[in-house]
Amino acid sequence: MDRVTDPTFWMPKGASTVAGDVDQLYYFLYWLSVVLFVGIVGAMTWFALRYKRKSETEIPHGPHHNTVLEVTWTVIPLILVMVIFVWGFRGYLRMVVAPGDAMVINVTAQQWQWSFTYPNGVVDAMDERKDKQPVNGAKDMPVLRVPAGRPVKLVMRSNDVLHSFWVPEFRVKHDIVPGQYSMVWFNAIEPGDYRVFCTEYCGQDHSMMMATVMVMKPEEFDAWLKKKGGEVGGGDPVAAGALLYKTKACGGCHSTDGKPSVGPTMKGLFGRKEEITDGQPVTVDENYIRESILEPRAKLVKGFGPVMPESYGNKGPADQQLSEKQVESLIAFIKSLK
Amino acid sequence: MSVAATASGRVPHYLEAGKGIKSWLVTLDHKRIGVMYLWSVLGAFLLGGLAAILVRTELWSTGQTIMDANAYNRMFTLHGAAMVFLFIIPSVPAALGNILLPIMLGAKDVAFPRLNLASYYIYLVGALFALAAIAFGGVDTGWTFYTPYSTSDKVANTAVMMTFAAFVLGFSSIFTGINFIVTVHKLRAPGITWFRMPLFVWAIYSTAILQVLATPVLAITLLLFMVERTFGIGIFDATIGGDPVLFQHFFWFYSHPAVYIMILPGMGIISELTSTFSRRPIFGYTAVAFSSVALAIFSFLVWGHHMFVSGQSEYASALFSFLTFFVALPSGVKMFNWLGTMYKGSISFASPNLYAMAFMFLFSIGGLTGIFLGALSTDVHLTDSYFVVAHFHYVMMGGTIFAFFGGIHYWWPKTFGVTYNEGLAKIAVALQFIGFNITFFSQFILGTRGMPRRYFNYPPDFEELHRISTIGSYIVFAGFLLTAWYLIASLRKEKNAGDNPWHSVALEWQTSSPPPVENFVETPKIKHGPYDYDHPDAAPLVLASASSNRKAS
Repeated sequence: MDRVTDPTFWMPKGASTVAGDVDQLYYFLYWLSVVLFVGIVGAMTWFALRYKRKSETEIPHGPHHNTVLEVTWTVIPLILVMVIFVWGFRGYLRMVVAPGDAMVINVTAQQWQWSFTYPNGVVDAMDERKDKQPVNGAKDMPVLRVPAGRPVKLVMRSNDVLHSFWVPEFRVKHDIVPGQYSMVWFNAIEPGDYRVFCTEYCGQDHSMMMATVMVMKPEEFDAWLKKKGGEVGGGDPVAAGALLYKTKACGGCHSTDGKPSVGPTMKGLFGRKEEITDGQPVTVDENYIRESILEPRAKLVKGFGPVMPESYGNKGPADQQLSEKQVESLIAFIKSLK
Repeated sequence: MSVAATASGRVPHYLEAGKGIKSWLVTLDHKRIGVMYLWSVLGAFLLGGLAAILVRTELWSTGQTIMDANAYNRMFTLHGAAMVFLFIIPSVPAALGNILLPIMLGAKDVAFPRLNLASYYIYLVGALFALAAIAFGGVDTGWTFYTPYSTSDKVANTAVMMTFAAFVLGFSSIFTGINFIVTVHKLRAPGITWFRMPLFVWAIYSTAILQVLATPVLAITLLLFMVERTFGIGIFDATIGGDPVLFQHFFWFYSHPAVYIMILPGMGIISELTSTFSRRPIFGYTAVAFSSVALAIFSFLVWGHHMFVSGQSEYASALFSFLTFFVALPSGVKMFNWLGTMYKGSISFASPNLYAMAFMFLFSIGGLTGIFLGALSTDVHLTDSYFVVAHFHYVMMGGTIFAFFGGIHYWWPKTFGVTYNEGLAKIAVALQFIGFNITFFSQFILGTRGMPRRYFNYPPDFEELHRISTIGSYIVFAGFLLTAWYLIASLRKEKNAGDNPWHSVALEWQTSSPPPVENFVETPKIKHGPYDYDHPDAAPLVLASASSNRKAS
């Protein structure tokens, strides 16, 4: 479904590629519910009026049970709910599997604000437009700029407690759990502004934790990002990651040319399927790399020993620990080694 | 089979069996313990209700209306925690269950009367801790106490006190559960076979099993929570090596079965009301009885449906969604069988039955909207929005609370020997029903359109629907104040309700109202089930009580 749908009485505008499917299931369930509700309450009302008590001594006689009827009203709902399950599951699969070519934007959530970091290191673009509408009293809300018609994957982390990213018009939502990366993806169809809500209670100003998604024409987005990237300069996370690779001497064990040494090579690492020491398969994604840097012994690839120092995580001395920002840069660097 | 209860030779009833406050505080009589529970849970209902009214008033307009964000967050937490832990969970089992279960089984009391009294005092201690947590500044975590917010320094130590209160209240629930399980197995009067037990007993029995099996998990969770909060050992907090999602698994592993601890007894009441006020045997009795057991079993397998977007594995979400749909079947079976019971009945419009019909209306909506949330792709949009708030209020309030008040009205003459003003009761049901729909139907619309839950402030486009919802809540509140008024007023009246004002053939109506201390003067002999209106031995009961009532009035 690649067209924006107008708001209905129930649903807000559908502005992402998954919205159409969600709305179809929603309206299927809606009309199914209306039919069942009218049937149940209609029967109840009809019986109540038709069989209203006429005398205090009347003793009615009716059926005690009816096996055929009882089996029917168990089996038909069973079939219905299985259809609904499959429908919901297929839609969900589209929502959780991001296309491989999706642009990655890093999202940081903390009490009670959002910030967004683009692949070239541009951070936290506030809304500079003059005619913008204040929402919930907050005039200066962070803006997440995304290109229309291209898949965008958000790699989200929290600095404190649980948060959740929701854009009602996109029909996507995902909690942001501290201590790991949480992912959500969408493909916004048309340029326009949409609200981002935090939907996991996070303390005093939970209801003020909003942002705007500004969907831009792809060429305008590219121009904006390039211009901003030039202004910031030196903030490129790949370059920052490469510098860390050098200063932390990662190359002593991890090559970038495809040859394994003490540890696995970083070339082509991202997205690779590995087998860890207990035989379980693992796909190298942002969370796996993060964990392998901070807790290197948690999931060792088969054939490699537990020799990497654990000092980069919070077990290490303060001057050796890596910040979340540094971990993100390293991930960006590893991703670039295709 | 019933006790001879004439005006002259009436045995003293349980309310007359002792005078003074002490006779209540040390009583072992299940009816008196039930009555103490009844007043206590109604007190908690008032507390939770006042909090609800303040929450709704604050939401009257966007921005601050009557309180700031901090006060608002404490208020909705107080509302949720008081309603769930102090009111709904103990409401039907501990109040009505205690009063009625032994009578329905023809027993003199529950199996362990002292344990029963202990459960009440533990409830009081738990309630005191909860009140203390409020007095010492309140808790703003929401009733779900999600980590790591609830273990962070920003939240005062009152969070620990509040969870300790829930921990203590859990034991009260376990004691009641153990008592009921043993009573049902061991103390049924001769002739009451398993399939002659009232469906209220089946429901309470299934609930008791849940209370005993699920509540310890809550205790374990809250204990781990307190250990982390007090000693800084990493269990749920990621910064010290824990996992926040683990807390949610633990919490819902209890709290999902707890949803059935809350709704199953309500369903049991509806079975009683529908049979008595349709004067018909329950259609498909066996299916209804087993549907309670089925719901109890399924309730342990679906906790993950609260967590589809929480970061649990997508495979787990798919499995939990699949299993969740099986809950729809026994719920549907009950609904259809109640309709079958009404079919060709003799249907009375007395206020308890109005509550029962309101239940069927509201619970249908509550159940059907559950399908939207069980399906994965629609849940992603709707979860943590006002749609969820509306859904669980239709189930918990439209379901359990309407059933509870239907039960209170139905068994009021049994418990206190008095009748209330039926005209006012009908007005109160109407106010509650209409007000409820105004309050919560508008929230389905809000949620679907994108209003997140637990929001102190909201964008102006949601204001109109919020105002409608707030007006509805005032109507509901007025309805309950009216109920409180005529119920309390009725207690001052002479005890002349008659032993069986509804002409029921169920066993609890075959002893005097209020019942004597040990319920029956002689052990009742059971010749028919609680719903056998067309049984040759039962029909005369209806006719006799109907004619004696006519003479009395």
